[in-house]
Amino acid sequence: MESVFTFSILQSALELGFIYSLVALALFISFSILNIADLSTDGCFTLGCAVGAMVTMSGHPFLALPAAMAAGVCSGFVTAFLQTKMGVPSILAGIIVNTGLYTVNIAVMDFSSNVNLFGCDTIFSLAKEVSSADWYGNCYKIAIVAAAVLIVGVILAWFLNTRLGLSIRATGDNEYMVRASSINPVFTITVGLCVSNSLTALSGAVLAQYQKSCDINLGTGMVTIALASLIIGETIIGKGSMFKRVVGVILGSCLYRFIVAVALRLNVPAECLKLVSALIVAFAIAFPYLKGQAAFYKSHRIHGRLGANNGKGGDGNVDA
Amino acid sequence: MVMLTLKTVSKTFYPGTVNEKKALERVNLELSKGDFATIVGSNGAGKSTLFNAITGSFYVDEGQIILAGEDITYRREHIRSKVIGHLFQDPMKGSAPHMSIEENMALAYLRASTSSHAYFSRISKKDKRVFREQLALLNMGLEDRMKQPVGLLSGGQRQALTLLMATMVTPKILLLDEHTAALDPATAQKVLELTRTIVAERGITCLMVTHNMHQALELGNRTLMMDRGRIVLDIRGEERKKMTVDDLLARFREQAGEGLDNDRILLS
Repeated sequence: MESVFTFSILQSALELGFIYSLVALALFISFSILNIADLSTDGCFTLGCAVGAMVTMSGHPFLALPAAMAAGVCSGFVTAFLQTKMGVPSILAGIIVNTGLYTVNIAVMDFSSNVNLFGCDTIFSLAKEVSSADWYGNCYKIAIVAAAVLIVGVILAWFLNTRLGLSIRATGDNEYMVRASSINPVFTITVGLCVSNSLTALSGAVLAQYQKSCDINLGTGMVTIALASLIIGETIIGKGSMFKRVVGVILGSCLYRFIVAVALRLNVPAECLKLVSALIVAFAIAFPYLKGQAAFYKSHRIHGRLGANNGKGGDGNVDA
Repeated sequence: MVMLTLKTVSKTFYPGTVNEKKALERVNLELSKGDFATIVGSNGAGKSTLFNAITGSFYVDEGQIILAGEDITYRREHIRSKVIGHLFQDPMKGSAPHMSIEENMALAYLRASTSSHAYFSRISKKDKRVFREQLALLNMGLEDRMKQPVGLLSGGQRQALTLLMATMVTPKILLLDEHTAALDPATAQKVLELTRTIVAERGITCLMVTHNMHQALELGNRTLMMDRGRIVLDIRGEERKKMTVDDLLARFREQAGEGLDNDRILLS
């Protein structure tokens, strides 16, 4: 019994991990590559979810995905427009768009705060009908989300190695070089944020169909969660080729979901999940720094400097 | 053939405030194709401002900038930079540290292509071969490190790479803003030699800021001196050949009415 339970935990962690990894990939573009903290992620995720849910409800579960992505592109465009053409600092631009999106999202959901998709065809329900075999019923969901993430990941890794992708990467890497090398930062930032937000919205649309509902508060804290996934991924995989880094982000997202699942398994009440998320993020971000500090501390101890000064040699403060 | 013309170019920063600074005052300059002019002058004389006016970091208040027959006075920076090479004093500014040597070169290489389908082009085998050949010319072993991030290179290697990138697609004008000043003497010499070779081989029109008086007279075919936003001296031809560092300093004193007050000037 115990092992079956663990398997199902692992499975749902993987499913959610894949779905949310699209948001992590979005932040990979905006945060890691463009060096912009895009705080419109929360609202954009809900936007994708709302658009996805409404289009699904009208009987077009497949159309729902590109429709949500298009909505995400619009949201990303507004964020980019504010910071490149209106002189709004990037963090503020994200916050402003995020605030505005709340109303937009409510409007998309026909001015109700949640929408149910029970009884509607979704990509998952359509796939389920293909076969009634036992093994199939167990893994069709994961197959769908894995395929979606695989396709997005491969296209993204390919895209970031094209000329446009290289220009976007250079934009976030060295502004002086960009100014001197015929790259138009207004254009690259706009394209980058549009791509990034389309992935966030896609993730929302897939989630809406996965859990057959959409709620106005669904996106709250999404940016933190995605950031945690991103940083866990970058910490375990490190730098490398674009493909490797994309894989790392996806792995990070799955790992994050797994940690959350374990926390739930340890009977952490559901209301505490946000706190757990925040702790995981704080730890994931602090980890590389702490590792460096620990190495520094250790090498000094070995050379006897700290050890000699510090009578007890125990918890001496490095900064002291 | 005239490559670059500046006609009464002026720029004032913070106009109307206590910090008002006339960075360029009715500057006139004409460079023929293949001219290599060195620029000397004290700090704040307007050398870098002159470069920034040419690259389009800001629009000038007055005057006209004509590059290869085209009026670029109000052309946007990223469009101008397709045909302008610009090297900064800081070697870190010219390349993207987290991208590989190959990717940096690809950006430089692709910049001249204007067709839009090039947006989705990738680095081809042929491109890589070209990059390899070019890197081999530097004699720094970089051709075997093409996949490594540029951040791992030394300052001299990065500046050499930047020079290569700026000239990979032959620019209409190359602007060198004290590009060897931050390097150690041996490396600086090497980068300078490289500059000289590349500029001479391709007949690139070039402007170079330097604080080294000896360099200012030895390199290129013209020496310009700037003071308080104006070009006060333009020495070339026979006059330049005969000129010594002492003569140059004397001429400056004559023109500017005071000594060259700058502890960064090198008289070597």
